[in-house]
Amino acid sequence: MANKTYDAGVKEYRDMYWTPDYVPLDTDLLACFKCTGQPGVPKEEVAAAVAAESSTGTWSTVWSELLTDMEYYKGRCYRIEDVPGDSESFYAFIAYPIDLFEEGSVVNVLTSLVGNVFGFKALRHLRLEDIRFPIAYIKTCGGPPAGIQLERDRLNKYGRPMLGATIKPKLGLSAKNYGRAVYECLRGGLDMTKDDENVNSQPFMRWRDRFEFVGEAIQKAEAETGEKKGHYLNVTAATPEEMYKRAEFAKEVGSPILMHDFITGGFTANTGLANWCRENGMLLHIHRAMHAVIDRHPKHGIHFRVLAKCLRLSGGDHLHTGTVVGKLEGDRQSTLGFVDQLRESFVPEDRSRGVFFDQDWGSMPGVFAVASGGIHIWHMPALVTIFGDDSMLQFGGGTQGHPWGNAAGAAANRVALEASVKARNEGREIEKEARDILTEAAKTSPELAIAMETWKEIKFEFDTVDKLDVN
Amino acid sequence: MPTSTQGDYQTANTLETFGFLPKLTQDEVYDQIAYLIAQGLTPAIEHEHPSGANQHYWTMWKLPMFGAKDMNAVIEELEACRRSYPDHHVRLIGYDNYSQSQGVCFVVYEGRA
Repeated sequence: MANKTYDAGVKEYRDMYWTPDYVPLDTDLLACFKCTGQPGVPKEEVAAAVAAESSTGTWSTVWSELLTDMEYYKGRCYRIEDVPGDSESFYAFIAYPIDLFEEGSVVNVLTSLVGNVFGFKALRHLRLEDIRFPIAYIKTCGGPPAGIQLERDRLNKYGRPMLGATIKPKLGLSAKNYGRAVYECLRGGLDMTKDDENVNSQPFMRWRDRFEFVGEAIQKAEAETGEKKGHYLNVTAATPEEMYKRAEFAKEVGSPILMHDFITGGFTANTGLANWCRENGMLLHIHRAMHAVIDRHPKHGIHFRVLAKCLRLSGGDHLHTGTVVGKLEGDRQSTLGFVDQLRESFVPEDRSRGVFFDQDWGSMPGVFAVASGGIHIWHMPALVTIFGDDSMLQFGGGTQGHPWGNAAGAAANRVALEASVKARNEGREIEKEARDILTEAAKTSPELAIAMETWKEIKFEFDTVDKLDVN
Repeated sequence: MPTSTQGDYQTANTLETFGFLPKLTQDEVYDQIAYLIAQGLTPAIEHEHPSGANQHYWTMWKLPMFGAKDMNAVIEELEACRRSYPDHHVRLIGYDNYSQSQGVCFVVYEGRA
Protein backbone atom coordinates (compact mmCIF):
# COMPACT_ATOMS: atom_id res chain seq x y z
CA MET A 1 0.00 0.00 0.00
CA ALA A 2 1.58 3.19 1.22
CA ASN A 3 5.15 2.15 0.67
CA LYS A 4 6.10 4.53 -2.16
CA THR A 5 8.16 7.64 -1.64
CA TYR A 6 8.02 10.82 -3.66
CA ASP A 7 10.81 11.16 -6.17
CA ALA A 8 10.48 14.44 -8.12
CA GLY A 9 11.74 14.80 -11.66
CA VAL A 10 11.27 13.48 -15.17
CA LYS A 11 11.06 9.73 -15.72
CA GLU A 12 10.99 7.76 -18.90
CA TYR A 13 7.41 6.98 -19.87
CA ARG A 14 8.24 3.33 -20.53
CA ASP A 15 9.11 2.69 -16.90
CA MET A 16 5.47 3.04 -15.98
CA TYR A 17 3.40 2.76 -19.18
CA TRP A 18 5.09 0.00 -21.24
CA THR A 19 3.79 -3.27 -19.76
CA PRO A 20 4.25 -6.09 -22.29
CA ASP A 21 3.16 -8.71 -19.75
CA TYR A 22 -0.25 -7.11 -19.16
CA VAL A 23 -3.27 -9.18 -20.16
CA PRO A 24 -6.15 -6.82 -21.02
CA LEU A 25 -9.37 -7.17 -19.02
CA ASP A 26 -12.76 -7.73 -20.65
CA THR A 27 -13.79 -4.37 -19.25
CA ASP A 28 -10.76 -2.47 -20.62
CA LEU A 29 -11.22 -0.11 -23.50
CA LEU A 30 -8.54 -1.06 -26.06
CA ALA A 31 -7.07 1.17 -28.73
CA CYS A 32 -4.70 0.62 -31.61
CA PHE A 33 -2.61 3.61 -32.70
CA LYS A 34 -0.35 3.77 -35.71
CA CYS A 35 2.68 5.68 -34.41
CA THR A 36 5.42 7.39 -36.35
CA GLY A 37 8.04 8.65 -33.89
CA GLN A 38 10.74 11.25 -34.28
CA PRO A 39 14.03 9.72 -35.48
CA GLY A 40 16.07 8.10 -32.69
CA VAL A 41 13.24 7.74 -30.15
CA PRO A 42 12.76 4.04 -29.21
CA LYS A 43 9.40 2.49 -30.11
CA GLU A 44 8.67 1.50 -26.53
CA GLU A 45 9.18 5.07 -25.36
CA VAL A 46 6.94 6.50 -28.05
CA ALA A 47 4.21 3.91 -27.38
CA ALA A 48 4.42 4.42 -23.63
CA ALA A 49 4.22 8.18 -24.13
CA VAL A 50 1.03 7.76 -26.13
CA ALA A 51 -0.45 5.57 -23.39
CA ALA A 52 0.57 8.07 -20.72
CA GLU A 53 -0.52 11.26 -22.44
CA SER A 54 -3.90 9.77 -23.41
CA SER A 55 -4.56 8.61 -19.86
CA THR A 56 -3.09 9.56 -16.48
CA GLY A 57 0.41 10.77 -17.29
CA THR A 58 2.04 14.11 -17.55
CA TRP A 59 5.64 15.05 -18.39
CA SER A 60 6.84 15.35 -14.80
CA THR A 61 6.16 13.29 -11.71
CA VAL A 62 3.83 15.06 -9.25
CA TRP A 63 3.47 14.38 -5.51
CA SER A 64 -0.34 14.06 -5.67
CA GLU A 65 0.00 10.88 -7.75
CA LEU A 66 0.78 9.19 -4.47
CA LEU A 67 -2.68 10.06 -3.15
CA THR A 68 -4.29 7.64 -5.59
CA ASP A 69 -3.67 4.22 -7.05
CA MET A 70 -2.05 5.02 -10.38
CA GLU A 71 -1.63 1.33 -11.13
CA TYR A 72 -5.43 1.09 -11.24
CA TYR A 73 -6.09 4.16 -13.38
CA LYS A 74 -3.22 4.27 -15.84
CA GLY A 75 -3.44 3.35 -19.51
CA ARG A 76 -0.88 0.76 -20.57
CA CYS A 77 0.79 -0.10 -23.85
CA TYR A 78 0.72 -3.90 -23.85
CA ARG A 79 1.81 -4.71 -27.41
CA ILE A 80 3.81 -3.25 -30.29
CA GLU A 81 3.55 -4.56 -33.86
CA ASP A 82 5.21 -3.71 -37.14
CA VAL A 83 3.10 -2.08 -39.83
CA PRO A 84 3.30 -4.27 -42.96
CA GLY A 85 5.20 -2.54 -45.73
CA ASP A 86 6.12 0.50 -43.62
CA SER A 87 9.44 0.59 -41.76
CA GLU A 88 9.03 3.98 -40.05
CA SER A 89 5.69 3.32 -38.32
CA PHE A 90 4.41 0.73 -35.85
CA TYR A 91 1.15 -0.17 -34.12
CA ALA A 92 0.83 0.43 -30.38
CA PHE A 93 -1.96 -1.40 -28.54
CA ILE A 94 -3.12 0.38 -25.43
CA ALA A 95 -5.52 -0.74 -22.70
CA TYR A 96 -7.48 1.83 -20.68
CA PRO A 97 -9.39 0.92 -17.53
CA ILE A 98 -13.12 1.55 -17.98
CA ASP A 99 -13.26 3.94 -15.01
CA LEU A 100 -11.26 6.52 -16.96
CA PHE A 101 -14.41 7.31 -18.92
CA GLU A 102 -17.80 8.78 -18.11
CA GLU A 103 -20.64 6.39 -18.89
CA GLY A 104 -22.47 6.98 -22.17
CA SER A 105 -20.06 9.68 -23.39
CA VAL A 106 -18.11 9.14 -26.59
CA VAL A 107 -17.21 12.79 -26.11
CA ASN A 108 -15.23 11.89 -23.01
CA VAL A 109 -13.60 8.86 -24.68
CA LEU A 110 -12.43 10.92 -27.65
CA THR A 111 -11.23 13.83 -25.52
CA SER A 112 -8.88 11.41 -23.78
CA LEU A 113 -7.81 9.20 -26.65
CA VAL A 114 -7.35 11.80 -29.35
CA GLY A 115 -6.73 14.86 -27.22
CA ASN A 116 -3.37 16.47 -26.39
CA VAL A 117 -1.47 13.36 -27.38
CA PHE A 118 -1.88 14.17 -31.09
CA GLY A 119 0.25 17.26 -30.71
CA PHE A 120 2.95 15.51 -28.73
CA LYS A 121 6.44 16.50 -29.92
CA ALA A 122 8.04 13.05 -29.76
CA LEU A 123 5.64 11.98 -32.51
CA ARG A 124 5.80 12.91 -36.18
CA HIS A 125 2.41 11.35 -36.89
CA LEU A 126 -0.24 9.49 -34.94
CA ARG A 127 -3.35 7.75 -36.12
CA LEU A 128 -6.08 6.10 -34.09
CA GLU A 129 -6.82 2.97 -36.12
CA ASP A 130 -9.42 1.19 -34.00
CA ILE A 131 -11.07 1.10 -30.57
CA ARG A 132 -12.47 -1.98 -28.85
CA PHE A 133 -15.33 -0.75 -26.68
CA PRO A 134 -16.03 -3.20 -23.86
CA ILE A 135 -19.62 -4.43 -23.79
CA ALA A 136 -19.90 -2.96 -20.28
CA TYR A 137 -19.34 0.49 -21.79
CA ILE A 138 -21.61 -0.10 -24.79
CA LYS A 139 -24.49 -0.85 -22.44
CA THR A 140 -24.21 2.69 -21.07
CA CYS A 141 -24.76 4.30 -24.50
CA GLY A 142 -28.14 5.07 -26.09
CA GLY A 143 -27.20 4.21 -29.64
CA PRO A 144 -29.47 4.44 -32.69
CA PRO A 145 -32.87 6.01 -31.92
CA ALA A 146 -34.64 3.22 -33.84
CA GLY A 147 -32.18 0.91 -35.59
CA ILE A 148 -32.49 -1.13 -38.76
CA GLN A 149 -35.21 -3.51 -37.62
CA LEU A 150 -37.57 -0.85 -36.26
CA GLU A 151 -37.04 1.45 -39.24
CA ARG A 152 -37.98 -1.35 -41.65
CA ASP A 153 -41.12 -2.07 -39.64
CA ARG A 154 -42.16 1.57 -39.46
CA LEU A 155 -41.60 2.15 -43.16
CA ASN A 156 -42.69 -1.26 -44.47
CA LYS A 157 -39.47 -1.76 -46.49
CA TYR A 158 -38.32 -5.36 -46.60
CA GLY A 159 -35.99 -7.61 -48.54
CA ARG A 160 -34.10 -4.91 -50.38
CA PRO A 161 -31.89 -1.85 -49.89
CA MET A 162 -33.75 1.44 -49.65
CA LEU A 163 -33.45 4.08 -52.33
CA GLY A 164 -32.81 7.78 -51.87
CA ALA A 165 -31.43 10.95 -53.40
CA THR A 166 -29.98 14.26 -52.29
CA ILE A 167 -32.02 17.11 -53.74
CA LYS A 168 -30.12 19.16 -56.32
CA PRO A 169 -29.05 21.83 -57.00
CA LYS A 170 -27.85 21.64 -53.45
CA LEU A 171 -28.00 25.37 -52.87
CA GLY A 172 -30.19 28.13 -54.23
CA LEU A 173 -33.68 26.67 -54.73
CA SER A 174 -36.72 28.37 -53.22
CA ALA A 175 -38.70 26.34 -50.68
CA LYS A 176 -41.60 25.65 -53.05
CA ASN A 177 -39.38 24.62 -55.96
CA TYR A 178 -37.36 22.45 -53.59
CA GLY A 179 -40.54 20.69 -52.42
CA ARG A 180 -41.42 20.07 -56.07
CA ALA A 181 -38.10 18.28 -56.61
CA VAL A 182 -38.77 16.18 -53.49
CA TYR A 183 -42.30 15.28 -54.60
CA GLU A 184 -41.13 14.23 -58.07
CA CYS A 185 -38.44 11.93 -56.65
CA LEU A 186 -40.79 10.32 -54.15
CA ARG A 187 -43.73 9.77 -56.49
CA GLY A 188 -41.34 8.23 -59.02
CA GLY A 189 -40.25 5.47 -56.66
CA LEU A 190 -37.61 6.66 -54.20
CA ASP A 191 -38.21 5.79 -50.56
CA MET A 192 -36.59 8.94 -49.23
CA THR A 193 -34.93 12.14 -50.30
CA LYS A 194 -32.32 14.16 -48.47
CA ASP A 195 -31.34 17.73 -47.73
CA ASP A 196 -27.84 18.40 -48.84
CA GLU A 197 -25.54 18.86 -45.86
CA ASN A 198 -24.97 22.49 -46.82
CA VAL A 199 -28.67 23.22 -46.58
CA ASN A 200 -29.45 24.61 -43.14
CA SER A 201 -31.44 27.86 -43.22
CA GLN A 202 -30.00 30.24 -45.76
CA PRO A 203 -31.54 33.44 -47.13
CA PHE A 204 -32.80 31.71 -50.31
CA MET A 205 -34.73 29.09 -48.33
CA ARG A 206 -35.38 29.38 -44.60
CA TRP A 207 -35.75 26.12 -42.73
CA ARG A 208 -39.41 26.58 -41.72
CA ASP A 209 -40.56 27.19 -45.28
CA ARG A 210 -38.59 24.21 -46.56
CA PHE A 211 -40.09 21.93 -43.91
CA GLU A 212 -43.65 23.00 -44.75
CA PHE A 213 -43.37 22.39 -48.49
CA VAL A 214 -41.44 19.15 -48.05
CA GLY A 215 -44.06 17.93 -45.57
CA GLU A 216 -46.76 18.43 -48.19
CA ALA A 217 -44.62 16.65 -50.81
CA ILE A 218 -44.25 13.61 -48.55
CA GLN A 219 -47.98 13.38 -47.77
CA LYS A 220 -48.98 13.66 -51.41
CA ALA A 221 -46.45 11.08 -52.59
CA GLU A 222 -47.55 8.64 -49.88
CA ALA A 223 -51.22 9.06 -50.77
CA GLU A 224 -50.58 8.48 -54.47
CA THR A 225 -48.14 5.59 -54.29
CA GLY A 226 -49.46 3.75 -51.23
CA GLU A 227 -45.83 3.50 -50.05
CA LYS A 228 -44.17 5.05 -47.00
CA LYS A 229 -42.00 8.04 -47.88
CA GLY A 230 -39.66 10.41 -46.07
CA HIS A 231 -37.24 13.29 -46.48
CA TYR A 232 -34.26 13.83 -44.20
CA LEU A 233 -34.91 17.33 -42.91
CA ASN A 234 -31.52 18.67 -41.92
CA VAL A 235 -31.77 20.16 -38.43
CA THR A 236 -28.04 20.81 -38.06
CA ALA A 237 -27.91 24.34 -36.68
CA ALA A 238 -25.69 26.90 -34.99
CA THR A 239 -26.98 26.12 -31.50
CA PRO A 240 -28.62 23.12 -29.79
CA GLU A 241 -31.68 25.26 -28.96
CA GLU A 242 -32.23 26.02 -32.63
CA MET A 243 -31.63 22.37 -33.55
CA TYR A 244 -34.36 21.15 -31.20
CA LYS A 245 -36.78 23.83 -32.42
CA ARG A 246 -36.33 22.59 -35.98
CA ALA A 247 -36.64 18.96 -34.90
CA GLU A 248 -40.01 19.69 -33.24
CA PHE A 249 -41.32 21.30 -36.40
CA ALA A 250 -40.06 18.46 -38.62
CA LYS A 251 -42.15 16.10 -36.51
CA GLU A 252 -45.12 18.43 -36.80
CA VAL A 253 -45.05 18.49 -40.63
CA GLY A 254 -45.13 14.69 -40.68
CA SER A 255 -41.63 13.68 -41.76
CA PRO A 256 -40.60 10.34 -40.24
CA ILE A 257 -36.91 11.29 -40.27
CA LEU A 258 -34.43 14.05 -39.43
CA MET A 259 -30.85 14.62 -40.41
CA HIS A 260 -27.73 15.74 -38.56
CA ASP A 261 -24.08 16.30 -39.40
CA PHE A 262 -22.32 14.56 -36.54
CA ILE A 263 -18.78 15.86 -36.90
CA THR A 264 -19.40 19.53 -37.70
CA GLY A 265 -22.37 19.55 -35.29
CA GLY A 266 -20.37 17.63 -32.70
CA PHE A 267 -20.96 14.52 -30.64
CA THR A 268 -22.69 16.37 -27.81
CA ALA A 269 -25.32 17.76 -30.16
CA ASN A 270 -25.60 14.42 -31.91
CA THR A 271 -26.14 12.39 -28.77
CA GLY A 272 -28.74 14.85 -27.52
CA LEU A 273 -30.59 14.79 -30.83
CA ALA A 274 -30.50 10.98 -30.93
CA ASN A 275 -32.12 10.91 -27.49
CA TRP A 276 -34.76 13.39 -28.66
CA CYS A 277 -35.48 11.22 -31.71
CA ARG A 278 -35.89 8.11 -29.57
CA GLU A 279 -38.38 9.91 -27.34
CA ASN A 280 -40.30 11.33 -30.29
CA GLY A 281 -40.44 8.32 -32.60
CA MET A 282 -38.29 9.95 -35.26
CA LEU A 283 -35.54 8.36 -37.35
CA LEU A 284 -32.12 10.02 -37.60
CA HIS A 285 -30.00 10.19 -40.74
CA ILE A 286 -26.36 11.06 -40.16
CA HIS A 287 -24.14 12.88 -42.60
CA ARG A 288 -20.37 13.02 -42.11
CA ALA A 289 -19.06 16.35 -43.43
CA MET A 290 -15.44 16.99 -42.36
CA HIS A 291 -14.65 13.29 -41.91
CA ALA A 292 -12.06 13.22 -44.70
CA VAL A 293 -10.09 15.97 -42.96
CA ILE A 294 -9.69 13.60 -40.03
CA ASP A 295 -9.62 10.14 -41.61
CA ARG A 296 -7.98 10.32 -45.05
CA HIS A 297 -4.27 10.62 -44.22
CA PRO A 298 -2.88 7.11 -43.76
CA LYS A 299 -0.52 8.12 -40.91
CA HIS A 300 -2.29 10.85 -39.03
CA GLY A 301 -5.76 11.37 -37.62
CA ILE A 302 -8.55 8.92 -36.87
CA HIS A 303 -9.64 6.09 -39.12
CA PHE A 304 -13.29 6.31 -40.16
CA ARG A 305 -14.00 2.93 -38.56
CA VAL A 306 -13.47 4.64 -35.20
CA LEU A 307 -15.76 7.53 -36.09
CA ALA A 308 -18.38 5.02 -37.28
CA LYS A 309 -18.20 3.08 -34.02
CA CYS A 310 -18.51 6.32 -32.05
CA LEU A 311 -21.54 7.31 -34.10
CA ARG A 312 -23.27 3.99 -33.46
CA LEU A 313 -22.80 4.64 -29.74
CA SER A 314 -23.81 8.30 -29.91
CA GLY A 315 -26.86 7.50 -32.02
CA GLY A 316 -27.99 7.52 -35.64
CA ASP A 317 -30.10 5.25 -37.84
CA HIS A 318 -28.23 5.89 -41.10
CA LEU A 319 -24.55 6.72 -41.64
CA HIS A 320 -22.71 7.59 -44.85
CA THR A 321 -19.96 5.09 -45.56
CA GLY A 322 -18.81 5.92 -49.08
CA THR A 323 -19.80 3.94 -52.13
CA VAL A 324 -16.62 2.06 -53.10
CA VAL A 325 -17.65 2.53 -56.74
CA GLY A 326 -18.57 6.23 -56.99
CA LYS A 327 -16.77 9.57 -56.98
CA LEU A 328 -15.54 9.56 -53.37
CA GLU A 329 -12.61 7.79 -51.69
CA GLY A 330 -13.16 4.30 -50.28
CA ASP A 331 -11.35 0.98 -50.45
CA ARG A 332 -13.71 -2.00 -50.70
CA GLN A 333 -12.32 -4.20 -47.92
CA SER A 334 -11.86 -1.31 -45.55
CA THR A 335 -15.40 -0.06 -46.25
CA LEU A 336 -16.85 -3.51 -45.61
CA GLY A 337 -14.89 -3.53 -42.35
CA PHE A 338 -16.67 -0.51 -40.93
CA VAL A 339 -20.02 -1.33 -42.52
CA ASP A 340 -19.95 -4.47 -40.34
CA GLN A 341 -19.31 -2.29 -37.29
CA LEU A 342 -22.51 -0.39 -38.03
CA ARG A 343 -24.82 -3.34 -38.57
CA GLU A 344 -23.64 -6.51 -36.85
CA SER A 345 -23.97 -7.60 -33.24
CA PHE A 346 -20.48 -9.13 -33.20
CA VAL A 347 -17.53 -8.33 -35.48
CA PRO A 348 -14.41 -10.53 -35.21
CA GLU A 349 -10.86 -9.22 -35.65
CA ASP A 350 -9.99 -9.26 -39.35
CA ARG A 351 -6.81 -7.50 -40.43
CA SER A 352 -7.71 -7.97 -44.11
CA ARG A 353 -10.55 -5.50 -43.44
CA GLY A 354 -8.59 -3.28 -41.06
CA VAL A 355 -10.44 -4.60 -38.00
CA PHE A 356 -7.94 -4.82 -35.12
CA PHE A 357 -10.18 -6.17 -32.36
CA ASP A 358 -13.14 -8.44 -31.76
CA GLN A 359 -16.05 -6.11 -31.12
CA ASP A 360 -19.14 -7.26 -29.25
CA TRP A 361 -22.06 -4.84 -29.79
CA GLY A 362 -24.50 -6.78 -27.66
CA SER A 363 -28.06 -5.59 -28.14
CA MET A 364 -27.10 -2.22 -29.65
CA PRO A 365 -29.43 -1.62 -32.65
CA GLY A 366 -27.87 -1.54 -36.13
CA VAL A 367 -27.30 1.45 -38.41
CA PHE A 368 -28.11 1.46 -42.12
CA ALA A 369 -25.01 1.99 -44.30
CA VAL A 370 -25.56 4.86 -46.73
CA ALA A 371 -23.86 4.80 -50.12
CA SER A 372 -24.04 8.22 -51.73
CA GLY A 373 -21.99 10.25 -54.19
CA GLY A 374 -21.50 9.87 -57.93
CA ILE A 375 -23.40 6.62 -58.32
CA HIS A 376 -25.83 5.76 -61.11
CA ILE A 377 -27.83 2.82 -62.43
CA TRP A 378 -24.83 1.02 -63.92
CA HIS A 379 -23.44 0.72 -60.40
CA MET A 380 -26.65 -0.79 -59.01
CA PRO A 381 -25.77 -4.52 -59.19
CA ALA A 382 -22.34 -3.85 -57.63
CA LEU A 383 -23.88 -1.74 -54.86
CA VAL A 384 -26.44 -4.43 -54.01
CA THR A 385 -23.60 -6.96 -53.81
CA ILE A 386 -21.29 -4.77 -51.73
CA PHE A 387 -23.82 -3.30 -49.30
CA GLY A 388 -26.56 -5.94 -49.14
CA ASP A 389 -30.13 -5.25 -48.05
CA ASP A 390 -29.41 -3.17 -44.94
CA SER A 391 -28.32 -0.11 -46.84
CA MET A 392 -29.60 3.13 -48.26
CA LEU A 393 -28.45 3.75 -51.83
CA GLN A 394 -28.58 7.41 -52.81
CA PHE A 395 -28.55 8.59 -56.38
CA GLY A 396 -28.62 12.41 -56.51
CA GLY A 397 -27.41 13.31 -59.99
CA GLY A 398 -28.28 9.76 -60.99
CA THR A 399 -31.97 10.49 -60.34
CA GLN A 400 -32.39 14.17 -61.08
CA GLY A 401 -30.08 14.16 -64.09
CA HIS A 402 -32.43 11.84 -65.96
CA PRO A 403 -33.45 13.33 -69.34
CA TRP A 404 -37.18 13.07 -68.43
CA GLY A 405 -36.86 14.45 -64.93
CA ASN A 406 -36.86 13.30 -61.31
CA ALA A 407 -39.86 10.95 -61.34
CA ALA A 408 -38.62 9.02 -64.36
CA GLY A 409 -35.10 9.01 -62.90
CA ALA A 410 -36.42 7.63 -59.63
CA ALA A 411 -38.36 4.92 -61.45
CA ALA A 412 -35.27 3.94 -63.46
CA ASN A 413 -33.33 3.49 -60.23
CA ARG A 414 -36.12 1.56 -58.55
CA VAL A 415 -36.46 -0.80 -61.52
CA ALA A 416 -32.68 -1.36 -61.57
CA LEU A 417 -32.66 -1.99 -57.82
CA GLU A 418 -35.54 -4.45 -57.85
CA ALA A 419 -34.18 -6.26 -60.91
CA SER A 420 -30.83 -6.62 -59.13
CA VAL A 421 -32.41 -7.93 -55.92
CA LYS A 422 -34.63 -10.34 -57.82
CA ALA A 423 -31.67 -11.67 -59.82
CA ARG A 424 -29.55 -12.02 -56.66
CA ASN A 425 -32.33 -14.02 -55.01
CA GLU A 426 -32.45 -16.23 -58.11
CA GLY A 427 -28.81 -17.09 -57.45
CA ARG A 428 -27.27 -15.07 -60.26
CA GLU A 429 -23.87 -13.37 -59.93
CA ILE A 430 -25.23 -9.89 -60.38
CA GLU A 431 -21.97 -7.96 -60.39
CA LYS A 432 -20.68 -10.04 -63.31
CA GLU A 433 -24.01 -10.17 -65.11
CA ALA A 434 -24.82 -6.51 -64.53
CA ARG A 435 -25.22 -5.66 -68.20
CA ASP A 436 -27.57 -8.57 -68.91
CA ILE A 437 -29.71 -7.94 -65.85
CA LEU A 438 -30.14 -4.24 -66.52
CA THR A 439 -30.70 -4.73 -70.27
CA GLU A 440 -33.38 -7.29 -69.56
CA ALA A 441 -35.10 -4.99 -67.03
CA ALA A 442 -34.95 -2.05 -69.44
CA LYS A 443 -37.14 -3.92 -71.94
CA THR A 444 -40.19 -3.06 -69.85
CA SER A 445 -38.90 0.26 -68.50
CA PRO A 446 -38.19 3.01 -71.03
CA GLU A 447 -37.03 5.14 -68.05
CA LEU A 448 -34.26 2.66 -67.29
CA ALA A 449 -33.35 2.25 -70.96
CA ILE A 450 -32.66 5.94 -71.45
CA ALA A 451 -30.87 6.23 -68.09
CA MET A 452 -28.51 3.44 -69.16
CA GLU A 453 -27.81 5.36 -72.33
CA THR A 454 -27.25 8.63 -70.47
CA TRP A 455 -24.66 7.33 -67.97
CA LYS A 456 -22.96 4.59 -69.93
CA GLU A 457 -19.58 6.31 -70.10
CA ILE A 458 -19.17 7.60 -66.54
CA LYS A 459 -16.49 5.99 -64.42
CA PHE A 460 -14.50 7.16 -61.41
CA GLU A 461 -11.24 5.26 -61.49
CA PHE A 462 -8.54 6.75 -59.30
CA ASP A 463 -6.34 4.99 -56.79
CA THR A 464 -7.40 5.05 -53.16
CA VAL A 465 -5.16 7.35 -51.10
CA ASP A 466 -5.67 5.56 -47.80
CA LYS A 467 -4.98 1.89 -48.42
CA LEU A 468 -5.05 -0.87 -45.83
CA ASP A 469 -1.62 -1.84 -44.50
CA VAL A 470 -1.15 -5.24 -46.08
CA ASN A 471 1.70 -6.84 -47.97
CA MET B 1 -45.78 -1.42 -62.21
CA PRO B 2 -46.08 2.20 -63.35
CA THR B 3 -46.96 3.02 -66.93
CA SER B 4 -45.46 5.78 -68.97
CA THR B 5 -45.46 7.35 -72.35
CA GLN B 6 -42.16 8.82 -73.31
CA GLY B 7 -41.30 11.73 -71.05
CA ASP B 8 -44.57 11.71 -69.08
CA TYR B 9 -44.21 9.62 -65.97
CA GLN B 10 -47.48 8.68 -64.27
CA THR B 11 -47.58 7.97 -60.56
CA ALA B 12 -48.75 4.50 -59.63
CA ASN B 13 -49.75 2.59 -56.54
CA THR B 14 -46.75 0.30 -56.31
CA LEU B 15 -46.98 -1.93 -53.23
CA GLU B 16 -43.30 -1.78 -52.21
CA THR B 17 -40.70 -4.44 -53.11
CA PHE B 18 -40.93 -5.72 -56.73
CA GLY B 19 -43.76 -3.24 -57.35
CA PHE B 20 -41.72 -1.76 -60.21
CA LEU B 21 -41.14 -5.04 -62.05
CA PRO B 22 -43.55 -6.77 -64.42
CA LYS B 23 -45.79 -9.23 -62.57
CA LEU B 24 -43.64 -12.24 -61.62
CA THR B 25 -44.32 -15.44 -63.54
CA GLN B 26 -45.02 -18.69 -61.72
CA ASP B 27 -41.39 -19.76 -62.25
CA GLU B 28 -40.09 -16.47 -60.93
CA VAL B 29 -42.26 -16.78 -57.82
CA TYR B 30 -40.82 -20.28 -57.38
CA ASP B 31 -37.28 -18.87 -57.47
CA GLN B 32 -38.12 -16.34 -54.75
CA ILE B 33 -39.64 -19.07 -52.57
CA ALA B 34 -36.52 -21.17 -53.06
CA TYR B 35 -34.41 -18.18 -51.94
CA LEU B 36 -36.62 -17.61 -48.92
CA ILE B 37 -36.29 -21.22 -47.80
CA ALA B 38 -32.55 -21.36 -48.54
CA GLN B 39 -32.06 -18.28 -46.33
CA GLY B 40 -33.66 -20.14 -43.44
CA LEU B 41 -36.66 -17.81 -43.35
CA THR B 42 -40.18 -18.85 -42.40
CA PRO B 43 -42.79 -18.45 -45.17
CA ALA B 44 -46.00 -16.66 -44.26
CA ILE B 45 -48.95 -15.38 -46.28
CA GLU B 46 -51.07 -12.29 -45.72
CA HIS B 47 -53.97 -10.81 -47.65
CA GLU B 48 -55.88 -7.54 -47.60
CA HIS B 49 -58.40 -5.61 -49.65
CA PRO B 50 -56.60 -2.93 -51.71
CA SER B 51 -58.42 -0.22 -49.76
CA GLY B 52 -56.59 -1.27 -46.59
CA ALA B 53 -53.25 -2.09 -48.16
CA ASN B 54 -51.35 0.85 -46.69
CA GLN B 55 -51.83 -0.33 -43.10
CA HIS B 56 -49.06 -2.22 -41.30
CA TYR B 57 -51.22 -5.22 -40.53
CA TRP B 58 -52.85 -7.32 -43.20
CA THR B 59 -54.92 -10.38 -42.35
CA MET B 60 -52.85 -13.54 -41.86
CA TRP B 61 -53.68 -16.54 -44.01
CA LYS B 62 -53.40 -19.26 -41.36
CA LEU B 63 -50.19 -19.34 -39.29
CA PRO B 64 -46.67 -18.86 -40.67
CA MET B 65 -45.38 -22.13 -42.18
CA PHE B 66 -42.75 -22.91 -39.53
CA GLY B 67 -40.17 -25.41 -40.70
CA ALA B 68 -41.53 -25.49 -44.27
CA LYS B 69 -39.04 -26.84 -46.81
CA ASP B 70 -41.47 -27.76 -49.59
CA MET B 71 -41.89 -25.03 -52.19
CA ASN B 72 -45.07 -26.62 -53.56
CA ALA B 73 -46.74 -26.41 -50.18
CA VAL B 74 -46.10 -22.66 -50.17
CA ILE B 75 -47.47 -22.27 -53.70
CA GLU B 76 -50.57 -24.26 -52.78
CA GLU B 77 -51.28 -22.01 -49.82
CA LEU B 78 -50.74 -18.87 -51.92
CA GLU B 79 -53.28 -20.17 -54.44
CA ALA B 80 -55.73 -21.26 -51.79
CA CYS B 81 -55.55 -17.77 -50.30
CA ARG B 82 -56.16 -16.19 -53.69
CA ARG B 83 -59.14 -18.46 -54.38
CA SER B 84 -60.70 -17.49 -51.07
CA TYR B 85 -60.03 -13.75 -51.49
CA PRO B 86 -59.90 -13.02 -55.23
CA ASP B 87 -60.35 -9.29 -54.69
CA HIS B 88 -57.50 -9.05 -52.14
CA HIS B 89 -53.79 -8.47 -52.51
CA VAL B 90 -51.84 -11.56 -51.41
CA ARG B 91 -48.27 -11.15 -50.19
CA LEU B 92 -45.54 -13.62 -49.33
CA ILE B 93 -43.38 -12.92 -46.30
CA GLY B 94 -40.17 -14.54 -45.11
CA TYR B 95 -39.86 -14.09 -41.35
CA ASP B 96 -36.32 -13.84 -40.00
CA ASN B 97 -36.31 -14.82 -36.33
CA TYR B 98 -32.67 -13.73 -35.87
CA SER B 99 -33.16 -10.11 -36.96
CA GLN B 100 -36.81 -10.15 -35.85
CA SER B 101 -37.64 -8.69 -39.23
CA GLN B 102 -38.74 -9.88 -42.65
CA GLY B 103 -36.06 -10.93 -45.15
CA VAL B 104 -38.61 -11.24 -47.94
CA CYS B 105 -41.91 -9.45 -48.51
CA PHE B 106 -43.64 -8.93 -51.84
CA VAL B 107 -47.11 -8.99 -53.32
CA VAL B 108 -47.62 -12.15 -55.37
CA TYR B 109 -51.20 -11.53 -56.51
CA GLU B 110 -52.85 -8.16 -56.84
CA GLY B 111 -56.52 -7.97 -55.89
CA ARG B 112 -59.04 -7.32 -58.63
CA ALA B 113 -60.32 -4.21 -56.94
